[in-house]
Amino acid sequence: MEQEYIITVFSENKVGLLSQITTVFTCRSVNIESLTTSESAIHGIHKFTIVVRTSPERVDQLVRQVEKRVDVLRTFVYTPDEVVQQEIALYKVTRSRNVERLVRDHNVRILEIDPDYIVVEKTGHKAETQALFELLQPYGVQQFVRSGTVAVSKSQRERLNEYLEEFERRYKREKEKHATNTKNS
Amino acid sequence: MNTSTSDARQTASDPCMSGSQALIESFLIEGVDTIFGYPGGAIIPVYDTLYDYRDRLRHILVRHEQGAVHAAQGYARVSGRVGVCLVTSGPGATNTVTGLADALMDSTPLVLVTGQVGSSLLGTDAFQETNFVGITQAVTKWNCQVKRTEDIPGAIAKAFYIARSGRPGPVVVDITKDAQCGMAPFHYDKITAIRSYIPVPDPDPERLDEAARLIDNARHPLVMVGQGVILGNAEKELQAFLEKSGMPVASTLLGLSSVPSDSPQYVGMLGMHGNYGPNILNRDCDLIVAVGMRFDDRVTGSPAHFAENAKVIHLEIDPAEIGKIIPADVPVAGDVRETLPMITERIARRDHSDWIAQFRKCDRVEYDAVIRRAIHPESGHIRMGEAVDTVARAYDNDAVLVTDVGQQQMFAARYFGFRRTRSIVTSGGLGTMGFGLPAAIGAKLGAPERDVVLFAGDGGLQMTIQELATIHQSQVPVKIVLLNNSFLGMVRQWQELFYHSRYSFTHMVNPDFAFIARGNGIGYRCVERREELAEAVAEMKAASGAFLLEVRVESEENVFPMVPAGAPVSEIRFE
Repeated sequence: MEQEYIITVFSENKVGLLSQITTVFTCRSVNIESLTTSESAIHGIHKFTIVVRTSPERVDQLVRQVEKRVDVLRTFVYTPDEVVQQEIALYKVTRSRNVERLVRDHNVRILEIDPDYIVVEKTGHKAETQALFELLQPYGVQQFVRSGTVAVSKSQRERLNEYLEEFERRYKREKEKHATNTKNS
Repeated sequence: MNTSTSDARQTASDPCMSGSQALIESFLIEGVDTIFGYPGGAIIPVYDTLYDYRDRLRHILVRHEQGAVHAAQGYARVSGRVGVCLVTSGPGATNTVTGLADALMDSTPLVLVTGQVGSSLLGTDAFQETNFVGITQAVTKWNCQVKRTEDIPGAIAKAFYIARSGRPGPVVVDITKDAQCGMAPFHYDKITAIRSYIPVPDPDPERLDEAARLIDNARHPLVMVGQGVILGNAEKELQAFLEKSGMPVASTLLGLSSVPSDSPQYVGMLGMHGNYGPNILNRDCDLIVAVGMRFDDRVTGSPAHFAENAKVIHLEIDPAEIGKIIPADVPVAGDVRETLPMITERIARRDHSDWIAQFRKCDRVEYDAVIRRAIHPESGHIRMGEAVDTVARAYDNDAVLVTDVGQQQMFAARYFGFRRTRSIVTSGGLGTMGFGLPAAIGAKLGAPERDVVLFAGDGGLQMTIQELATIHQSQVPVKIVLLNNSFLGMVRQWQELFYHSRYSFTHMVNPDFAFIARGNGIGYRCVERREELAEAVAEMKAASGAFLLEVRVESEENVFPMVPAGAPVSEIRFE
């Protein structure tokens, strides 16, 4: 059964990594619904948020293939109920009385008012930004753009931090092993 | 290079040198003794430096960059070391792509250094510029571009670490010409860990206990070994596990030679042209212990029917392979050299000789149905299996077997026989025709103390035949057995079996190989008659230098047994 998954990928900030990650999806014919990328809370570590619709078995395989890339730190998969997620949408609409009423009713932020048009911003789930788009459309939407999903997990544990701590232990162990090997050889 | 955890401490006392020299010095620190390469504009500075290092580094001048990569693969596969290639930008670089793809599929550790146009020209469609990091992203384990001289040692350290650690693979380092020419202090620190990379996952003790329980309770278990055993240097650990567990063991194509062919528990090769027993008894198995293998579709046939009555324990270093094709009931992530002994110490000593006897019964069925007529035919032209068997006996089953791809590959894999590990070099995953000849050159250089015998068909040999000149120039004593049937035999077999014998463009009108061999200063003999075969093989073996033995074989012979593509392996057929 296909369902929506939010995949977060933490990686080193390396040129070309975006294409490495998307290739994993394209070569398995899995369509990416949305993708955003930015620096994470940890300096030097990038976070990708990827939304896909696929089956549970397939998402598991996709994630392992992404994680296999040398510059990818960790990958986590969430179902929509496990994250707090938002999208942002911008609408450039021809000014009219109806539009201004819709704008007031839908709790949107006005970014710019021009004699001819108005630019507004709405944040929410995709269904909400889409609903507003459909309401505005009869009055002339000149431009419309929606960001990809951004999400943070609801989990109590900060799993990336746990991974980084684990890495530090592993790194020390490898270094000691290497030092002993060098001594012996 | 901020992503790796190295301890780069450059100090004022570090010697200042060019990027090219830093590259060569880095190679030496990593233990490189042989480079396979081809010069060109964007890599001239490195070649200029190499000229001063001729006493410390052997450079093999190939005739095509694809040959350089395959040769490095052959070198790596027999020696267990990282194969190293050096080529120029643009066409020199793109010519290596097939070899990189092959090495990635077959987990071969390689470091390929490519020249690149000067950094100021990047992205301008300069002469011989290609976006090689972009091109090779899908065919490398890791790649990077270096634009600053001072970054060269760090990039090379990282490249070697990634190429050889965990599941090995090919790595590309693309170095701009100005980085090669610039000067910087040289300081080299070997890399031992990278933050974002877990080469060897830790096994879960609970899984080990579970695996041991399944092994102790199995009535009809089968061990399936792959190249992971060889790559992990785990042959002894495997042997100890087999001795205690008493289980029969079968091998994938790339796992061949990890278990001696005459071992009492060895029951043959898996897969499409593998042995009858391990295929037909697949549905009778109640436990599969997969060790360092990845359930390629040539091994599983229809995955839905594969081992359908069995539990599966999968010992594998690459977590992405676990559950990819065949779901694992007990996944054991880790290096098989470490995980096998952990399982061995947990299991009871068992005897499965009754179960192994069933495989032996299958061996006799297979012998009567296909093997006898394949290796001891009484009439007609020489058969491929017969040629393989004759060569194998001449070398007492103790040569390094290199193959090209196709029918000869399958005949060689079936009938060559192995006494010790790292004795087969073949293109398994990618199935690259033209792999054999250059790989044999690399294999001989990587294992100079061993005899190296290549089997190639007339199609595959001609794909990289220019490397005969490499053999000539570098005097590499490779023994080449050309099984010439004037057909692209494997495709012709499929056309015969599945396309109503419509031999669409598989017949080859070949050149006179005698002239080609002689033109390259290589010993040559052609044999057509069965009575002369053994003597001709003896002549090849006795030759001190390289030798091309052309065996004119039956033109329309088929490899059997065969599992039709995508069918359950139990539908293996003899004709």
